[in-house]
Amino acid sequence: MAAKPKLYYFCGRGRMESIRWLLAAAGVEFEEKFIASPEDLDKLRNEGSLMFQQVPMVEMDGMKLVQTRAILNYIATKYNLYGKDAKERALIDMYTEGVADLGEMIMTLILTPPDQREAKIALIKDRAKNRYLVAFEKVLKSHGQDYLVGNRLSRADIHVVELLYYVEELDPSLLTGFPLLQALKTRISNLPNVKKFLQPGSQRKPPLDEKVLEEARKIFRF
Amino acid sequence: MAGKPVLHYPNTRGRMESIRWLLAAAGVEFEEEFIASAEDMAKIKTDERFMFQQVPMVEMDGMRIVQSRAILNYIATKYNLYGQDAKERVLIDMYTEGMADLNELFILLPMAPKEEKPAKIATIKDKAKNRYLPAFEKVLKSHGQDYLVGNRLSRADIHVVELLYYVEELDPSLLTGFPLLQALKTRISNLPNVKKFLQPGSQRKPPLDEKVLEEMRKNFKL
Repeated sequence: MAAKPKLYYFCGRGRMESIRWLLAAAGVEFEEKFIASPEDLDKLRNEGSLMFQQVPMVEMDGMKLVQTRAILNYIATKYNLYGKDAKERALIDMYTEGVADLGEMIMTLILTPPDQREAKIALIKDRAKNRYLVAFEKVLKSHGQDYLVGNRLSRADIHVVELLYYVEELDPSLLTGFPLLQALKTRISNLPNVKKFLQPGSQRKPPLDEKVLEEARKIFRF
Repeated sequence: MAGKPVLHYPNTRGRMESIRWLLAAAGVEFEEEFIASAEDMAKIKTDERFMFQQVPMVEMDGMRIVQSRAILNYIATKYNLYGQDAKERVLIDMYTEGMADLNELFILLPMAPKEEKPAKIATIKDKAKNRYLPAFEKVLKSHGQDYLVGNRLSRADIHVVELLYYVEELDPSLLTGFPLLQALKTRISNLPNVKKFLQPGSQRKPPLDEKVLEEMRKNFKL
């Protein structure tokens, strides 16, 4: 019997959270080895476990996988969440990359110097409302189906719903005007695996606060 | 018979160049519609062919695909340059994403303010020499084969060789110490499709020089 995937990262969302969401949605139990000090990271580097000396790293199926997208692609393929053919995969990739672009802006918000933060937040809200959410709402409207691609659950639904939770955290009013996305969020949140992951006590991570950010700065030396 | 893919982008490398390389290496003829003016740029914001109001966009097989990775993944799959199974794909993805991280620094370099350029160039050289090139040299050393993955040509070989040309353009001395990568560069460059693409007069784009950048700033009102 295969061992559970092991996730190597610090105890925060960062670039590992979308991987946690996808594994959870796929019903895959996983373990986490938290990097809590610079020494922990150095150890992983010195033992040659990190191809580019970076995390996320996920140990699964006898491999030490790095690079978020490589990891997500592998998981999505393994658990049949990547569409049924190349054309569905192209749609899934397009939507997923759009999610990643907005997600990146939200993720790096906490790194923005305080005097630039207001402008960055305004930009995120504008992009969410006028570029990304509008595009995904349009997809759902175009086919009227319950899922973004291929009339069945795919990674695109999981990634978009995760993003919607972050948008809602930033400003709940951003979701008004996107009824189909709100309905998707509700439907996906009610899937048994996702519902469990959304409960307190799951491996889902809270937003980064200043204290955890300081720890991360020390570990990753930035 | 299907039409040729049509690439929508300015007449520069930017985020489209790796797509040009991959199509060329696959022996696929393509057309280009260059975005040349502020008006062209403005049209993207309202033209629904551009899902997130951005380029690159490639029209092929009845789709309007945006997001570089979605485009590259589709092309790689279609032309059998994406490995033979999920395990080969994950290796290709890992390597490709590492290359994309280094390539991103090259893409952004022309836009950096003049006073920041020396530091950014130093970072690129350091990352190339100490993080990325050693990692890929190690892969080739580990199996002693002519290609990075699966003992046959894949997108990983095309992407790394493209990158090696950019590293060489920046500083040829960076390639010393990486004999296997140099040999790969020579081998791949001699493949008929790649050789043709490397000739003057092909659709390969030159580095962005100050004059062209100034033109772009004016045309696009950057």
